[in-house]
Amino acid sequence: MAPNAVGTADFEKALKEGRSGIRFFEESQSLNFRCQIAGKPLITEDYKARYFDDYYQNKLDNNAIIYACLAGFEAWENAGLIHHQNQIDFDSGMIIGSGALGLDGSNHAVFSKILAGNNKRLGSRAIPESMSSGAAAYLNKILGLGNRILSNSSACITGTESVLLGYEHLKLGKAKRMLCGSTEGDGIFIWGAFDAMRILTSDSNEDPTNGSRPMCDSSVGFVPGSGSGAMVLETLESAQSRGAKIYAEILGTYVNSGGLRDGGSMTAPNLNAVVQCMKNSLREAKVASNEIDLISGHLTGTKGDSTEIKNWKKALGGAQDKFPLINTPKSMIGHCIAGAGSIELVATLIQMEKSFVHGNYNIKKVNPDITAEIPLERIPMKTVHKKINTAIKANFGFGDLNCSIVLRKWKDG
Amino acid sequence: MDKDTIQEQLKEIIAVYVPDKEILGKLTLEHDLINDLKINSAHIVDIVLDIEEKYDIMIEDDAIMEMVTIDQAIEVIYGKVQEK
Repeated sequence: MAPNAVGTADFEKALKEGRSGIRFFEESQSLNFRCQIAGKPLITEDYKARYFDDYYQNKLDNNAIIYACLAGFEAWENAGLIHHQNQIDFDSGMIIGSGALGLDGSNHAVFSKILAGNNKRLGSRAIPESMSSGAAAYLNKILGLGNRILSNSSACITGTESVLLGYEHLKLGKAKRMLCGSTEGDGIFIWGAFDAMRILTSDSNEDPTNGSRPMCDSSVGFVPGSGSGAMVLETLESAQSRGAKIYAEILGTYVNSGGLRDGGSMTAPNLNAVVQCMKNSLREAKVASNEIDLISGHLTGTKGDSTEIKNWKKALGGAQDKFPLINTPKSMIGHCIAGAGSIELVATLIQMEKSFVHGNYNIKKVNPDITAEIPLERIPMKTVHKKINTAIKANFGFGDLNCSIVLRKWKDG
Repeated sequence: MDKDTIQEQLKEIIAVYVPDKEILGKLTLEHDLINDLKINSAHIVDIVLDIEEKYDIMIEDDAIMEMVTIDQAIEVIYGKVQEK
Protein backbone atom coordinates (compact mmCIF):
# COMPACT_ATOMS: atom_id res chain seq x y z
CA MET A 1 0.00 0.00 0.00
CA ALA A 2 2.08 2.88 -1.29
CA PRO A 3 1.23 6.53 -2.01
CA ASN A 4 1.49 5.87 -5.75
CA ALA A 5 -0.12 2.43 -5.96
CA VAL A 6 -2.42 0.02 -4.19
CA GLY A 7 -1.45 -3.64 -4.48
CA THR A 8 1.70 -5.14 -5.98
CA ALA A 9 0.50 -5.34 -9.60
CA ASP A 10 -0.28 -1.63 -9.63
CA PHE A 11 2.95 -0.86 -7.74
CA GLU A 12 4.98 -2.57 -10.48
CA LYS A 13 3.29 -0.39 -13.08
CA ALA A 14 3.75 2.75 -11.01
CA LEU A 15 7.46 2.10 -10.45
CA LYS A 16 8.03 1.49 -14.15
CA GLU A 17 6.21 4.61 -15.31
CA GLY A 18 7.50 6.86 -12.53
CA ARG A 19 4.05 7.64 -11.17
CA SER A 20 4.10 10.13 -8.31
CA GLY A 21 1.91 9.76 -5.24
CA ILE A 22 2.84 13.14 -3.78
CA ARG A 23 -0.06 15.57 -3.36
CA PHE A 24 -0.85 18.96 -1.85
CA PHE A 25 -2.82 18.90 1.42
CA GLU A 26 -4.97 21.91 2.19
CA GLU A 27 -5.08 21.14 5.90
CA SER A 28 -1.28 21.39 6.08
CA GLN A 29 -1.55 24.81 4.49
CA SER A 30 -4.27 26.01 6.82
CA LEU A 31 -2.17 24.94 9.81
CA ASN A 32 0.86 26.92 8.58
CA PHE A 33 3.11 23.94 7.88
CA ARG A 34 6.13 24.85 5.80
CA CYS A 35 5.78 21.57 3.93
CA GLN A 36 2.22 21.21 2.64
CA ILE A 37 2.75 18.13 0.49
CA ALA A 38 2.81 14.43 1.33
CA GLY A 39 2.28 10.96 -0.04
CA LYS A 40 -0.73 8.93 1.06
CA PRO A 41 -2.19 5.72 -0.42
CA LEU A 42 -5.53 6.23 -2.15
CA ILE A 43 -7.61 3.28 -1.01
CA THR A 44 -11.20 3.05 -2.15
CA GLU A 45 -14.05 1.56 -0.16
CA ASP A 46 -14.44 -1.04 -2.92
CA TYR A 47 -10.84 -2.15 -2.50
CA LYS A 48 -11.23 -2.45 1.26
CA ALA A 49 -14.42 -4.46 0.80
CA ARG A 50 -12.44 -7.14 -1.05
CA TYR A 51 -10.53 -7.93 2.15
CA PHE A 52 -12.49 -6.54 5.08
CA ASP A 53 -15.61 -7.68 6.87
CA ASP A 54 -18.20 -5.01 7.66
CA TYR A 55 -16.71 -4.27 11.07
CA TYR A 56 -13.25 -3.48 9.65
CA GLN A 57 -14.79 -1.71 6.68
CA ASN A 58 -16.99 0.61 8.72
CA LYS A 59 -15.30 0.99 12.06
CA LEU A 60 -11.53 0.81 11.59
CA ASP A 61 -10.19 4.39 11.56
CA ASN A 62 -6.43 4.23 11.95
CA ASN A 63 -4.80 4.52 8.53
CA ALA A 64 -1.59 2.78 9.58
CA ILE A 65 -3.64 -0.23 10.69
CA ILE A 66 -5.80 -0.24 7.57
CA TYR A 67 -2.68 -0.16 5.34
CA ALA A 68 -1.01 -2.95 7.33
CA CYS A 69 -4.10 -5.18 7.24
CA LEU A 70 -4.44 -4.75 3.47
CA ALA A 71 -0.72 -5.24 2.77
CA GLY A 72 -0.44 -8.21 5.10
CA PHE A 73 -3.52 -9.86 3.69
CA GLU A 74 -2.29 -9.39 0.10
CA ALA A 75 1.15 -10.81 0.95
CA TRP A 76 -0.47 -13.84 2.61
CA GLU A 77 -2.66 -14.50 -0.42
CA ASN A 78 0.21 -13.83 -2.82
CA ALA A 79 2.22 -16.53 -1.03
CA GLY A 80 -0.57 -18.97 -1.78
CA LEU A 81 -1.62 -19.20 1.85
CA ILE A 82 -5.15 -19.31 3.16
CA HIS A 83 -6.67 -18.54 6.54
CA HIS A 84 -9.53 -20.17 8.33
CA GLN A 85 -12.18 -18.39 10.33
CA ASN A 86 -12.00 -20.90 13.15
CA GLN A 87 -8.48 -22.31 12.98
CA ILE A 88 -5.17 -21.21 14.44
CA ASP A 89 -1.91 -21.75 12.55
CA PHE A 90 0.76 -22.30 15.20
CA ASP A 91 3.53 -22.69 12.60
CA SER A 92 3.11 -19.13 11.35
CA GLY A 93 3.77 -15.81 13.05
CA MET A 94 4.15 -12.17 12.12
CA ILE A 95 6.39 -9.20 12.71
CA ILE A 96 4.47 -6.05 11.81
CA GLY A 97 6.30 -2.92 12.92
CA SER A 98 5.01 0.61 13.14
CA GLY A 99 6.31 4.10 13.68
CA ALA A 100 3.91 6.53 15.31
CA LEU A 101 0.64 4.60 15.28
CA GLY A 102 -0.82 6.82 17.97
CA LEU A 103 -0.10 9.97 15.94
CA ASP A 104 -2.15 8.94 12.92
CA GLY A 105 -4.68 11.60 11.97
CA SER A 106 -7.53 9.36 13.12
CA ASN A 107 -6.48 10.03 16.71
CA HIS A 108 -7.78 13.58 16.36
CA ALA A 109 -11.16 12.39 17.63
CA VAL A 110 -9.56 10.58 20.58
CA PHE A 111 -7.59 13.60 21.73
CA SER A 112 -10.43 16.07 21.29
CA LYS A 113 -13.00 13.92 23.10
CA ILE A 114 -10.66 13.46 26.07
CA LEU A 115 -9.76 17.16 26.15
CA ALA A 116 -13.46 18.05 26.09
CA GLY A 117 -14.16 15.84 29.08
CA ASN A 118 -15.96 13.29 26.93
CA ASN A 119 -13.68 10.28 27.26
CA LYS A 120 -16.82 8.26 27.93
CA ARG A 121 -17.69 8.65 24.27
CA LEU A 122 -14.50 7.05 22.98
CA GLY A 123 -15.69 3.51 22.52
CA SER A 124 -13.48 0.44 22.68
CA ARG A 125 -11.13 1.09 19.80
CA ALA A 126 -9.03 4.00 21.07
CA ILE A 127 -6.45 1.76 22.75
CA PRO A 128 -6.25 -1.12 20.23
CA GLU A 129 -5.96 1.42 17.42
CA SER A 130 -3.18 3.41 19.07
CA MET A 131 -1.11 0.74 20.79
CA SER A 132 2.14 0.05 18.96
CA SER A 133 1.08 -3.56 18.43
CA GLY A 134 -2.29 -2.50 17.02
CA ALA A 135 -1.52 -3.20 13.37
CA ALA A 136 -0.40 -6.76 14.09
CA ALA A 137 -3.35 -7.33 16.41
CA TYR A 138 -5.96 -6.24 13.87
CA LEU A 139 -4.23 -8.11 11.05
CA ASN A 140 -4.05 -11.26 13.10
CA LYS A 141 -7.76 -11.14 13.79
CA ILE A 142 -8.07 -11.79 10.06
CA LEU A 143 -5.31 -14.39 9.69
CA GLY A 144 -5.35 -16.29 12.99
CA LEU A 145 -1.62 -16.97 13.31
CA GLY A 146 -0.48 -18.66 16.49
CA ASN A 147 3.30 -18.35 16.45
CA ARG A 148 5.21 -15.25 17.52
CA ILE A 149 3.33 -11.98 16.96
CA LEU A 150 5.71 -9.06 17.36
CA SER A 151 5.56 -5.35 16.57
CA ASN A 152 8.96 -3.76 16.32
CA SER A 153 9.40 -0.01 16.32
CA SER A 154 12.76 1.33 15.20
CA ALA A 155 12.01 4.52 13.30
CA CYS A 156 12.93 4.38 9.61
CA ILE A 157 14.57 0.93 9.78
CA THR A 158 11.36 -0.62 11.13
CA GLY A 159 10.44 -2.30 7.83
CA THR A 160 13.84 -3.77 7.03
CA GLU A 161 14.25 -4.79 10.66
CA SER A 162 10.90 -6.60 10.65
CA VAL A 163 12.23 -8.84 7.88
CA LEU A 164 15.50 -9.35 9.75
CA LEU A 165 13.61 -10.34 12.89
CA GLY A 166 11.40 -12.78 11.01
CA TYR A 167 14.46 -14.27 9.32
CA GLU A 168 16.19 -14.77 12.68
CA HIS A 169 13.09 -16.41 14.15
CA LEU A 170 12.97 -18.86 11.24
CA LYS A 171 16.70 -19.55 11.50
CA LEU A 172 16.20 -20.50 15.13
CA GLY A 173 13.74 -23.10 13.93
CA LYS A 174 10.85 -21.62 15.88
CA ALA A 175 8.36 -21.23 13.04
CA LYS A 176 7.78 -22.34 9.45
CA ARG A 177 6.80 -18.96 8.13
CA MET A 178 6.66 -15.36 9.24
CA LEU A 179 4.65 -12.54 7.72
CA CYS A 180 6.94 -9.51 7.93
CA GLY A 181 6.25 -5.87 7.26
CA SER A 182 5.72 -2.43 8.65
CA THR A 183 3.35 0.48 8.46
CA GLU A 184 3.04 4.23 8.92
CA GLY A 185 -0.06 6.35 9.05
CA ASP A 186 -0.45 9.97 8.08
CA GLY A 187 -2.03 13.30 8.86
CA ILE A 188 -1.30 16.54 10.60
CA PHE A 189 0.25 15.20 13.81
CA ILE A 190 3.01 13.19 12.12
CA TRP A 191 3.61 15.68 9.31
CA GLY A 192 3.42 18.72 11.58
CA ALA A 193 5.95 17.26 14.00
CA PHE A 194 8.44 16.42 11.26
CA ASP A 195 7.83 19.86 9.74
CA ALA A 196 8.85 21.44 13.03
CA MET A 197 12.29 19.85 12.67
CA ARG A 198 12.87 21.79 9.40
CA ILE A 199 13.76 18.59 7.58
CA LEU A 200 10.86 18.48 5.09
CA THR A 201 10.71 19.90 1.57
CA SER A 202 9.25 23.39 1.76
CA ASP A 203 9.87 24.62 -1.78
CA SER A 204 7.36 22.50 -3.69
CA ASN A 205 3.91 23.29 -2.31
CA GLU A 206 2.91 24.52 -5.76
CA ASP A 207 4.63 21.62 -7.53
CA PRO A 208 4.03 18.59 -5.27
CA THR A 209 5.16 15.81 -7.60
CA ASN A 210 8.55 17.48 -7.92
CA GLY A 211 9.03 17.79 -4.15
CA SER A 212 10.83 14.53 -3.42
CA ARG A 213 14.23 14.68 -5.15
CA PRO A 214 16.68 12.14 -3.76
CA MET A 215 20.28 12.64 -4.96
CA CYS A 216 19.37 15.92 -6.70
CA ASP A 217 21.56 18.96 -6.33
CA SER A 218 18.52 21.03 -5.34
CA SER A 219 17.02 18.68 -2.73
CA VAL A 220 16.24 20.47 0.51
CA GLY A 221 14.41 17.86 2.58
CA PHE A 222 12.19 14.82 2.44
CA VAL A 223 8.49 14.58 1.69
CA PRO A 224 6.56 12.58 4.29
CA GLY A 225 4.72 9.51 3.06
CA SER A 226 2.64 6.73 4.53
CA GLY A 227 1.72 3.17 3.71
CA SER A 228 2.66 -0.39 4.37
CA GLY A 229 4.53 -3.26 2.79
CA ALA A 230 4.56 -6.92 3.75
CA MET A 231 6.06 -10.21 2.62
CA VAL A 232 6.01 -13.83 3.69
CA LEU A 233 9.31 -15.36 4.83
CA GLU A 234 9.38 -19.13 4.93
CA THR A 235 11.87 -21.90 5.50
CA LEU A 236 12.97 -23.44 2.21
CA GLU A 237 11.74 -26.84 3.29
CA SER A 238 8.27 -25.56 4.09
CA ALA A 239 7.99 -23.43 0.95
CA GLN A 240 9.09 -26.26 -1.33
CA SER A 241 6.90 -28.84 0.33
CA ARG A 242 3.79 -26.83 -0.48
CA GLY A 243 5.03 -25.80 -3.92
CA ALA A 244 5.06 -22.11 -3.07
CA LYS A 245 6.29 -19.46 -5.48
CA ILE A 246 9.68 -18.31 -4.17
CA TYR A 247 10.74 -14.80 -5.13
CA ALA A 248 14.09 -14.53 -3.41
CA GLU A 249 16.37 -15.90 -0.78
CA ILE A 250 17.68 -13.84 2.11
CA LEU A 251 21.45 -14.28 2.07
CA GLY A 252 22.51 -11.98 4.86
CA THR A 253 21.23 -9.37 7.29
CA TYR A 254 22.66 -7.01 9.83
CA VAL A 255 21.30 -4.45 12.25
CA ASN A 256 23.29 -2.15 14.48
CA SER A 257 23.45 1.26 16.09
CA GLY A 258 26.07 3.97 16.06
CA GLY A 259 25.37 4.41 19.76
CA LEU A 260 24.62 8.11 19.25
CA ARG A 261 28.39 8.57 19.50
CA ASP A 262 31.22 9.51 17.12
CA GLY A 263 29.10 11.70 14.89
CA GLY A 264 25.97 9.66 15.48
CA SER A 265 23.03 11.42 17.13
CA MET A 266 19.26 11.24 17.32
CA THR A 267 19.06 12.32 13.68
CA ALA A 268 22.54 11.81 12.16
CA PRO A 269 24.30 8.51 11.64
CA ASN A 270 27.63 7.40 13.01
CA LEU A 271 29.28 6.69 9.66
CA ASN A 272 31.51 3.88 10.90
CA ALA A 273 28.45 2.02 12.18
CA VAL A 274 26.63 2.48 8.85
CA VAL A 275 29.55 1.06 6.88
CA GLN A 276 29.99 -1.77 9.37
CA CYS A 277 26.28 -2.64 9.03
CA MET A 278 26.45 -2.77 5.22
CA LYS A 279 29.69 -4.76 5.28
CA ASN A 280 28.52 -7.28 7.85
CA SER A 281 25.34 -8.06 5.92
CA LEU A 282 27.52 -8.75 2.86
CA ARG A 283 29.88 -10.87 4.92
CA GLU A 284 27.03 -12.98 6.29
CA ALA A 285 25.69 -13.29 2.74
CA LYS A 286 29.14 -14.31 1.46
CA VAL A 287 28.57 -11.90 -1.40
CA ALA A 288 31.39 -9.94 -3.02
CA SER A 289 30.64 -6.34 -3.91
CA ASN A 290 31.01 -7.01 -7.64
CA GLU A 291 28.14 -9.51 -7.45
CA ILE A 292 25.63 -6.83 -6.48
CA ASP A 293 23.32 -5.76 -9.28
CA LEU A 294 21.26 -3.21 -7.41
CA ILE A 295 21.46 -1.10 -4.28
CA SER A 296 18.11 -0.03 -2.88
CA GLY A 297 19.22 2.96 -0.86
CA HIS A 298 17.65 4.92 1.96
CA LEU A 299 18.21 8.23 0.09
CA THR A 300 15.51 10.47 1.52
CA GLY A 301 16.23 13.63 -0.46
CA THR A 302 18.18 15.43 2.24
CA LYS A 303 21.78 16.51 2.41
CA GLY A 304 22.46 13.07 3.90
CA ASP A 305 22.17 11.48 0.45
CA SER A 306 25.78 12.22 -0.54
CA THR A 307 27.02 10.87 2.80
CA GLU A 308 25.06 7.69 2.18
CA ILE A 309 26.68 7.26 -1.25
CA LYS A 310 30.11 7.68 0.34
CA ASN A 311 29.19 5.00 2.88
CA TRP A 312 27.99 2.58 0.22
CA LYS A 313 31.18 3.11 -1.75
CA LYS A 314 33.30 2.47 1.33
CA ALA A 315 31.34 -0.66 2.26
CA LEU A 316 31.67 -2.03 -1.27
CA GLY A 317 35.43 -1.65 -1.36
CA GLY A 318 35.82 1.87 -2.67
CA ALA A 319 36.14 1.18 -6.39
CA GLN A 320 34.34 3.90 -8.34
CA ASP A 321 34.07 1.98 -11.62
CA LYS A 322 32.53 -1.09 -10.00
CA PHE A 323 29.73 0.68 -8.17
CA PRO A 324 26.36 -1.02 -8.85
CA LEU A 325 23.17 0.65 -9.99
CA ILE A 326 21.45 2.46 -7.15
CA ASN A 327 17.87 3.64 -6.75
CA THR A 328 15.09 4.48 -4.35
CA PRO A 329 11.36 4.83 -5.00
CA LYS A 330 11.23 7.88 -2.70
CA SER A 331 10.98 10.36 -5.60
CA MET A 332 7.55 8.81 -6.27
CA ILE A 333 6.28 7.96 -2.78
CA GLY A 334 8.22 10.22 -0.43
CA HIS A 335 9.74 8.89 2.75
CA CYS A 336 7.19 6.51 4.26
CA ILE A 337 9.07 6.56 7.59
CA ALA A 338 8.44 3.28 9.45
CA GLY A 339 6.67 1.96 6.35
CA ALA A 340 9.64 2.81 4.10
CA GLY A 341 11.75 -0.31 4.56
CA SER A 342 8.99 -2.80 3.84
CA ILE A 343 7.54 -0.87 0.89
CA GLU A 344 11.02 -0.48 -0.59
CA LEU A 345 11.80 -4.17 -0.07
CA VAL A 346 8.62 -5.01 -1.96
CA ALA A 347 9.83 -2.65 -4.72
CA THR A 348 13.19 -4.46 -4.76
CA LEU A 349 11.51 -7.86 -5.02
CA ILE A 350 9.26 -6.68 -7.85
CA GLN A 351 12.28 -5.36 -9.79
CA MET A 352 14.11 -8.64 -9.19
CA GLU A 353 11.13 -10.67 -10.33
CA LYS A 354 10.41 -8.59 -13.42
CA SER A 355 14.03 -7.76 -14.34
CA PHE A 356 13.99 -3.99 -14.31
CA VAL A 357 15.48 -1.11 -12.35
CA HIS A 358 13.10 1.80 -11.87
CA GLY A 359 14.29 5.34 -12.32
CA ASN A 360 15.25 7.95 -9.76
CA TYR A 361 12.90 10.68 -10.89
CA ASN A 362 12.89 14.44 -10.33
CA ILE A 363 16.66 14.81 -10.67
CA LYS A 364 17.57 17.85 -12.76
CA LYS A 365 21.23 17.69 -11.83
CA VAL A 366 22.79 15.06 -9.58
CA ASN A 367 24.38 16.46 -6.44
CA PRO A 368 28.06 17.00 -7.42
CA ASP A 369 29.16 15.48 -4.11
CA ILE A 370 27.58 12.25 -5.40
CA THR A 371 29.04 12.36 -8.92
CA ALA A 372 32.44 12.94 -7.30
CA GLU A 373 32.05 9.47 -5.79
CA ILE A 374 30.27 7.33 -8.39
CA PRO A 375 29.68 7.43 -12.17
CA LEU A 376 26.54 9.28 -13.23
CA GLU A 377 25.24 6.31 -15.21
CA ARG A 378 24.91 4.24 -12.05
CA ILE A 379 21.98 6.47 -11.10
CA PRO A 380 19.22 5.54 -13.59
CA MET A 381 16.83 8.43 -14.21
CA LYS A 382 14.29 6.27 -15.98
CA THR A 383 13.35 2.61 -15.90
CA VAL A 384 15.90 0.29 -17.49
CA HIS A 385 15.57 -3.38 -18.30
CA LYS A 386 18.07 -5.38 -16.29
CA LYS A 387 18.35 -8.81 -14.75
CA ILE A 388 18.91 -8.54 -11.02
CA ASN A 389 20.30 -11.56 -9.25
CA THR A 390 21.62 -9.95 -6.12
CA ALA A 391 20.46 -6.79 -4.37
CA ILE A 392 21.30 -5.07 -1.13
CA LYS A 393 18.81 -2.92 0.75
CA ALA A 394 19.51 -0.66 3.68
CA ASN A 395 17.62 1.85 5.77
CA PHE A 396 18.79 4.21 8.49
CA GLY A 397 16.70 5.65 11.27
CA PHE A 398 16.41 8.16 14.10
CA GLY A 399 18.18 6.94 17.19
CA ASP A 400 21.28 6.13 15.07
CA LEU A 401 19.90 2.82 13.77
CA ASN A 402 21.03 0.92 10.68
CA CYS A 403 19.70 -2.19 9.00
CA SER A 404 20.89 -3.96 5.85
CA ILE A 405 19.60 -6.99 3.96
CA VAL A 406 21.13 -8.90 1.04
CA LEU A 407 18.71 -10.73 -1.27
CA ARG A 408 19.21 -13.12 -4.17
CA LYS A 409 16.67 -14.02 -6.79
CA TRP A 410 15.52 -17.63 -6.44
CA LYS A 411 16.80 -19.59 -9.43
CA ASP A 412 14.13 -22.23 -9.62
CA GLY A 413 11.41 -19.67 -9.06
CA MET B 1 -41.58 5.52 18.41
CA ASP B 2 -42.80 1.97 18.91
CA LYS B 3 -40.79 -0.99 20.09
CA ASP B 4 -40.95 -2.80 16.74
CA THR B 5 -39.21 0.13 15.06
CA ILE B 6 -36.58 0.18 17.78
CA GLN B 7 -36.04 -3.56 17.33
CA GLU B 8 -35.45 -3.15 13.59
CA GLN B 9 -33.07 -0.24 14.14
CA LEU B 10 -31.24 -2.06 16.95
CA LYS B 11 -30.70 -4.99 14.62
CA GLU B 12 -29.04 -2.64 12.14
CA ILE B 13 -26.83 -1.12 14.83
CA ILE B 14 -25.56 -4.43 16.23
CA ALA B 15 -25.11 -6.14 12.84
CA VAL B 16 -21.57 -4.91 12.35
CA TYR B 17 -20.51 -6.35 15.73
CA VAL B 18 -22.04 -9.80 15.21
CA PRO B 19 -19.43 -12.22 13.81
CA ASP B 20 -21.91 -14.77 12.45
CA LYS B 21 -24.37 -12.81 10.28
CA GLU B 22 -26.69 -15.79 9.81
CA ILE B 23 -28.05 -15.45 13.30
CA LEU B 24 -29.32 -11.95 12.47
CA GLY B 25 -31.92 -13.51 10.17
CA LYS B 26 -33.55 -15.35 13.05
CA LEU B 27 -33.03 -12.81 15.78
CA THR B 28 -35.41 -13.08 18.75
CA LEU B 29 -36.12 -10.86 21.73
CA GLU B 30 -34.58 -13.46 24.02
CA HIS B 31 -31.17 -13.46 22.33
CA ASP B 32 -28.38 -12.56 24.72
CA LEU B 33 -25.95 -10.05 23.11
CA ILE B 34 -22.76 -11.65 24.39
CA ASN B 35 -23.61 -15.32 24.89
CA ASP B 36 -25.95 -15.93 21.95
CA LEU B 37 -24.88 -13.33 19.40
CA LYS B 38 -21.19 -13.75 20.34
CA ILE B 39 -20.61 -10.01 20.41
CA ASN B 40 -17.21 -9.24 21.94
CA SER B 41 -17.96 -7.75 25.38
CA ALA B 42 -15.69 -4.76 24.60
CA HIS B 43 -18.11 -3.82 21.82
CA ILE B 44 -21.06 -3.36 24.18
CA VAL B 45 -19.60 0.08 24.86
CA ASP B 46 -19.49 0.76 21.11
CA ILE B 47 -23.09 -0.38 20.67
CA VAL B 48 -24.21 1.92 23.49
CA LEU B 49 -22.41 4.85 21.82
CA ASP B 50 -24.05 4.04 18.50
CA ILE B 51 -27.45 3.90 20.22
CA GLU B 52 -26.86 7.20 22.03
CA GLU B 53 -25.99 8.87 18.76
CA LYS B 54 -28.90 7.35 16.85
CA TYR B 55 -31.60 8.35 19.39
CA ASP B 56 -29.86 11.38 20.92
CA ILE B 57 -30.16 9.89 24.39
CA MET B 58 -27.77 9.21 27.28
CA ILE B 59 -27.48 5.72 28.71
CA GLU B 60 -25.89 5.59 32.17
CA ASP B 61 -23.48 2.84 33.16
CA ASP B 62 -26.16 1.24 35.38
CA ALA B 63 -28.54 0.99 32.45
CA ILE B 64 -25.83 -0.64 30.31
CA MET B 65 -25.69 -3.47 32.85
CA GLU B 66 -29.40 -4.10 32.25
CA MET B 67 -28.95 -4.49 28.51
CA VAL B 68 -28.21 -8.20 28.42
CA THR B 69 -30.79 -9.36 25.88
CA ILE B 70 -32.33 -7.74 22.80
CA ASP B 71 -35.56 -7.30 24.74
CA GLN B 72 -33.83 -5.55 27.62
CA ALA B 73 -31.91 -3.28 25.24
CA ILE B 74 -35.17 -2.28 23.54
CA GLU B 75 -36.76 -1.52 26.94
CA VAL B 76 -33.84 0.75 27.94
CA ILE B 77 -33.93 2.61 24.61
CA TYR B 78 -37.75 2.88 24.67
CA GLY B 79 -37.66 4.27 28.21
CA LYS B 80 -35.02 6.87 27.39
CA VAL B 81 -36.78 7.97 24.21
CA GLN B 82 -40.01 8.43 26.19
CA GLU B 83 -38.21 10.61 28.74
CA LYS B 84 -36.97 13.03 26.08
